[in-house]
Amino acid sequence: MTTAAAPSPFPEALKNAFVTALIALGLAAPMMGLVTVQVGGDLGLEPHCPRVAIAVALVFVGRLILNLTIWRPGRVKKVTAISPKTERLLSKTARYLAPAAVAFAIILPFLPGVGRGQIDLGILVLTYVMLGWGLNIVVGLAGLLDLGYVAFYAVGAYSYALLAQNFGFSFWLCLPLAGILAALWGVMLGFPVLRLRGDYLAIVTLAFGEIIRLVLLNWQWFTGGPNGIGGIPKPSFFGIDFKTGPDGFAATFGLTFSPLHRIIFMYYLILALALITNYFVIRLRRLPIGRAWEALREDEIACRSLGVNTVNTKLTAFALGAMFAGFAGSFFATRQGFISPESFVFMESALILAIVVLGGMGSQFGVAVAALLMIGGFEWFREFQDYRLIIFGLVMVLIMVWRPRGLVSSRSPSVFLKEKKAISGSLVQEGHG
Amino acid sequence: MLRLPNERARPSFGRPPPTQETPPADGVFRPALVNGVTLGSIYGLIAIGYTMVYGIVGMINFAHGDVFMIGAFLSLIVFLALTSIGITFVPLALLLVLFVAMALTALYGWTVERVAYRPLRGSFRLAPLISAIGMSIFLQNYAQVTQGARFKPLPPVVTGGHKFGAVDGFGVNISNVQIIIVLLTVALMVAFTLIVSRTNLGRAQRACEQDRKMAALLGVDVDRTISLTFVMGAALASVAGLMYLLYYGVVDFYIGFVAGVKAFTAAVLGGIGSLPGAMIGGLLIGLIETFWSAYFSVEYKDVAAFSILIIVLIFLPSGLLGRPEVEKV
Repeated sequence: MTTAAAPSPFPEALKNAFVTALIALGLAAPMMGLVTVQVGGDLGLEPHCPRVAIAVALVFVGRLILNLTIWRPGRVKKVTAISPKTERLLSKTARYLAPAAVAFAIILPFLPGVGRGQIDLGILVLTYVMLGWGLNIVVGLAGLLDLGYVAFYAVGAYSYALLAQNFGFSFWLCLPLAGILAALWGVMLGFPVLRLRGDYLAIVTLAFGEIIRLVLLNWQWFTGGPNGIGGIPKPSFFGIDFKTGPDGFAATFGLTFSPLHRIIFMYYLILALALITNYFVIRLRRLPIGRAWEALREDEIACRSLGVNTVNTKLTAFALGAMFAGFAGSFFATRQGFISPESFVFMESALILAIVVLGGMGSQFGVAVAALLMIGGFEWFREFQDYRLIIFGLVMVLIMVWRPRGLVSSRSPSVFLKEKKAISGSLVQEGHG
Repeated sequence: MLRLPNERARPSFGRPPPTQETPPADGVFRPALVNGVTLGSIYGLIAIGYTMVYGIVGMINFAHGDVFMIGAFLSLIVFLALTSIGITFVPLALLLVLFVAMALTALYGWTVERVAYRPLRGSFRLAPLISAIGMSIFLQNYAQVTQGARFKPLPPVVTGGHKFGAVDGFGVNISNVQIIIVLLTVALMVAFTLIVSRTNLGRAQRACEQDRKMAALLGVDVDRTISLTFVMGAALASVAGLMYLLYYGVVDFYIGFVAGVKAFTAAVLGGIGSLPGAMIGGLLIGLIETFWSAYFSVEYKDVAAFSILIIVLIFLPSGLLGRPEVEKV
């Protein structure tokens, strides 16, 4: 083929960008250009021309650049955004990167320049890493789309809060109880809906999540309703409280008292919980049940034909995923000291799901990276309070379009004949189910 | 801690709008019936968008509820713009609002499909849903940032009402807004049923629904058909948005989420993929919700609606008028 004869792509690209800008104008002019404001008692309109112009100009320039580069006519499209070779390299580095990341997480509180703010952020990120790893069982391994995961998180949090308030149970007693209760809820909610598949399952789990939130919101005498539950006790260090007195943590270990001790303890607590979750999930993957999950994800009909009990397989996935959410929930309650239904809205479920999917479903390392990027990014953009959710939504769409299988999407088999070979997720054809 | 936009005290579906008085002589049953039918019409119109898209593409257009919200905002903006340029004759203004808002919202629907769903066609099955959730979050916050987070109260545009069957206090009051909503819904239903059953576009849609590959082989422009389906769904959602605005007299950026989930419930209840099913499902959900509010508790009406979704999916997965899904290997 001769390349010299090809006409310049510029006029076509320009025309296309112009049309796109016109559409953007049609979209932006009424919504962005005319703002409804309340003048006195009546509603009026306030024109905002500059931002419409900026939005349209951005769309025009962006589209033009894209037309001339990525969407240039005649450009050969690659099958995967990252070649299998790089992907293998990535997963190999991930093997060394993961222990390095854990080591970094362990020494983080004692690094110079790390203050209370950084440790708090670390706790937040680790909470979401743990939730992501828990949801990874359901979504990543078993391939069941759960849009109501936050409900189990709420069950865990309220279990601890209510048990501690009404019966004076300690955190260490409530932690397993909260996990068990959440797992029970997982089975209870999971059992009737397991015949459903794909999108239907997603919408039903969403409905369950909303029902639990609405009940927490309206069951005033039991849950405190919208006012929530406050004064949730903090955990002790194996019976030693973090306080100033002679039997406090600082005095027992001969340290000078500092409020930071408790924060650092909380940090290690969630780090340990998250690592336990990770260990569990990795080990579970190698068990028959874990292989059944992955088989179920790839093709449910084939799975059933081969005699896998799909009901039990799905239920265990639901229950175990819910259990880890319950643990994370009781940690959340004790860290915050106050919980209300506001912390368990659908947006949280969407956030956790986004972490799992963007990280590459089934990849433990990818989930951790995605949690760090998203929660860290959220905190980074704190000044742009209003805009960050817009960016969040947009990033979700863009990553899906760019890499539908997530950031780290290699599939490495848990059983192999001679050599363990990871393959890119984009090459895996997914069956019905 | 992350602060995400969430629960605030807001007027919501199912509660009678503040402008409407319920005469005590009517009791509870008849106003609930009238409110339920009105509300059900709005749900039904949104549900059609879900059901058509699911029928053809096989995905839940999660952002559809937010397209409805954008439609309500656009109706408000166009209405205010018309008032400010001097068109105050209400029927004319409303007619213009209807068409302009339909066109603009349709543009939104088209863009959402083009940006977030078309590149993912043929991708793995969770990808479009995740992308749709992203789009929904985007649209919600886009409206919040551009139009502000506060309620936008519009004084009642259409006032007055009629009393029907006034035999010694056994009548029922129906406001003009309710009459308009129900009549408009019926008209749109007839029009869309005709489009789907009689026109080339409708034939193409039904062909895509049965077998997309085969339809493409036979010369149906599948991409165009799917785009037009989104356009139709968005246009109907915009009408629903206008009705919501007229009925409740208030919009904010959050109305799309709950309305979307309930309209999806309606689509599932009626049998996904079926137009009359969506309408019947919408009416049923509207009635269940208003009767639940009237006889039991307003707080748990959403719980009632969501429970219906779960119960229907468990016992009647193909809905009232839907075809059972056939499993193919």
